[in-house]
Amino acid sequence: MSGQHSNSEIAVRVRRLEERLIGAGLTSDDQLDAIIGRVASGSPANGARVVARAWVDPAYRGRLLADGNRALEELGFSMGHGPQPQRFTVVENTPTRHNVLVCTLCSCYPIALLGPSPSWYKSEAYRARVVREPREVLAEFGLELPADTEIVVHDTSAESRHMVLPVRPDGTDGLAEAELAALVTREGLIGTAVV
Amino acid sequence: MSEPRFAVGDRVRTSTVDPPHHTRLPRYARGQVGEVVEVQGTWPLADDRAQGFADPRVEPVYTVRFPAADLWGPPGGHWVQVELWESYLEVAT
Repeated sequence: MSGQHSNSEIAVRVRRLEERLIGAGLTSDDQLDAIIGRVASGSPANGARVVARAWVDPAYRGRLLADGNRALEELGFSMGHGPQPQRFTVVENTPTRHNVLVCTLCSCYPIALLGPSPSWYKSEAYRARVVREPREVLAEFGLELPADTEIVVHDTSAESRHMVLPVRPDGTDGLAEAELAALVTREGLIGTAVV
Repeated sequence: MSEPRFAVGDRVRTSTVDPPHHTRLPRYARGQVGEVVEVQGTWPLADDRAQGFADPRVEPVYTVRFPAADLWGPPGGHWVQVELWESYLEVAT
């Protein structure tokens, strides 16, 4: 970022790259700072808030599944992080259907709702294996799904970003929305865990 | 191009072309038959944008579902959904 300077080797290299891009007229310090600022505001707590609202408010859940972008705006979130607008879709787990997310081409990820992606999400092993043998990969994450559970792997290959809507845990009827949000994990929003 | 050529439920075949530039049709999904499960709207074609074209083609993007056994062979047992620009697709016969 233009306002922060570090002498570390990687920071120097990043700054050199930024200066080349700015010099070529492809971006500006202001643009870079704005994008970094928006990315830094992303957190799985945001996704958890969306999930908790969907759990307590069936009408909101319906709107979320029908038009994710618009439903995000109701809670003050947006997908306007990148150089072009991204579509936001929420895929709903059910007792018989489990969704899991990956980007086999690179590491596309809904940063606004989930924060920076975990290193394993970007690893070649996860990307190569989860499309081929999701049941085994999920088991390695500690998630043993019943044999008759339908698994859908969503490969993020275009301009949509996805988030999983986990099944609301049993025994949570008395919990308030904020308490429910506290139960939701980043892995639950990616689909490598249940909540 | 804005009117989608395909609709939900259509069976489509993906391109077998391996272009010499960036593309968003994953290699494992080339030359495969899948089913359109969602029409997403239109976006500039990633292939054109990556090459720096000033006027990239804008195309419908589809969510296409493939049975894992078709992609990887038996035993399969799950679905893989991929998001694909229209020019990656043709009618499956």
